Amino acid sequence: MTSLLYYPGCSMSGSGRAYAASLTAVCTELGLDLEEIDDWNCCGAFEYFALSQVRAYALVSRNLALAEKQGDGSRTVVAPCSACYLNLAKTDHDLRENPGLRALVDDALAAGGLQYQPGSVEVRHLFEVLVREVGIEEIGRHVTHPLAGLRVAPYLGCLVTRPDYDHRWPLREHPLEFDRLLSSLGAEVVDFPLRTACCGGHMTQISPDTGFDLIRRLLDAAVRAEADMLVTVCPMCQMNVDVYQAELNHHFKTDYRMPILFFTQLMGLAFGESPASLEIGHEVVSARHALGKIGVVVPEEAETEGAPGHVPPRRPKKPTGLPMPSMPGPQEVRR
Amino acid sequence: MTGSIVDSTGAPAPVADFLHEVLAATPIATRLELCIQCGTCGGSCPSAADMDHTPRTIFAMVRAGLRDQVLHSNTPWMCVACQTCTVRCPQEIRIPDVMSTLKALADEARLAPSTTAPAFSRTFVGNIHRFGRSYEVGLVALHYLRHYPLRLPAMMPAGVSMLTSGRMGFGVHRIRQMHQLTAILDRAAALETGR
Repeated sequence: MTSLLYYPGCSMSGSGRAYAASLTAVCTELGLDLEEIDDWNCCGAFEYFALSQVRAYALVSRNLALAEKQGDGSRTVVAPCSACYLNLAKTDHDLRENPGLRALVDDALAAGGLQYQPGSVEVRHLFEVLVREVGIEEIGRHVTHPLAGLRVAPYLGCLVTRPDYDHRWPLREHPLEFDRLLSSLGAEVVDFPLRTACCGGHMTQISPDTGFDLIRRLLDAAVRAEADMLVTVCPMCQMNVDVYQAELNHHFKTDYRMPILFFTQLMGLAFGESPASLEIGHEVVSARHALGKIGVVVPEEAETEGAPGHVPPRRPKKPTGLPMPSMPGPQEVRR
Repeated sequence: MTGSIVDSTGAPAPVADFLHEVLAATPIATRLELCIQCGTCGGSCPSAADMDHTPRTIFAMVRAGLRDQVLHSNTPWMCVACQTCTVRCPQEIRIPDVMSTLKALADEARLAPSTTAPAFSRTFVGNIHRFGRSYEVGLVALHYLRHYPLRLPAMMPAGVSMLTSGRMGFGVHRIRQMHQLTAILDRAAALETGR
């Protein structure tokens, strides 16, 4: 049993609870023991850094200090949310590199009776721990129910491989580890060039036109690649693509019905877990039809009558013309 | 700070005060002063089309001392911090961190363009100050009611679906050591003012 300090992040008890449930199941199967950092606080996302950087660094440092104190046995902090991961990794890195910042943060932490020695914990994203620490081959050995026939678009998102403070990724824009992980589950990985493109983050809140367009690019690329679903490693990406898809359709007069699941949900399925225990069926755009293709039955009661995802997704028409960035194309059914 | 920036001969180069202000207001070394105006950032940016100046132009404007125009620009607020420019910048400038500084300066100077972004940040941060954690439901509901009431009808089906599948955590979790976090943040605020 490998023991790791676990920083869940705020969305894990709300919009990302299916991620929490499925990663727990997967880590148990793989022999990873996640020990939650006691009394952790929010990482501040983008929002705190936009208002006050010194306070934001102090906010994140409290988590690092708590982890350092708690971490007898392990110094690895694993974060499943890409935004939380970035903020924790960035803070540790910047404290190491900027003595001036470190002095300010030391002073602030002392006001709360805490201290943190930069570099004393190692911040890693859950995805990276699984592909590097456990290893793709080892994960493949746990597969009992291969996802053969399921066409998945590997959507890793921005922040796992960028900016990559600790130089863990040789390819920051087109890393292939996610493709290989999903292949090891038996899934058919489509060619998805937008694997590290941006979901828009908080843009759905503050500038919907910008946010919707970024999400539309992802959906369009997935449809063009004839993917059954997008697969993500981040609760923010999941929420943007899933929860805002109906509003995006309304905005662009399109008819996308592209489900997006967490990679841990697909790992769980391949390991033989039931869809209900992985909280599959809680997504707004239902993955039932896509999973039905490979004989996985998602329980009916997990879904709501009348929800936008309730209608079985239609396989879109084949795109025509050159594969260029474009306005809403022929595969999108205009209302 | 004069003299911290040198030209190719090593002699101090004349620089506008606003660049110094931006560098000083950022608690880390962003390397902004090393920008060579190549434009890779703007060409890589997924939201550049919605910016009124590309990042490269904004950095030129910072150097030219066009303080009000820079702080009134929507550019920093349109940055999605995807870090694409960061990894492509030949000078390894921490561009999203510079954008954070510009946002904070714009907000402080009340020059931020009419956008709901500063309000969203304040609501988000307000939740952290109250609970120590983010509170998704309260955050989004309040933000929509205040700024986007007309978006609510289109969002209703998704909202209902999230509600019935239990994805809206209504129970706000407040951290136990809230007083400790408050003490840390208060001290950090005092230090920031004193910088």
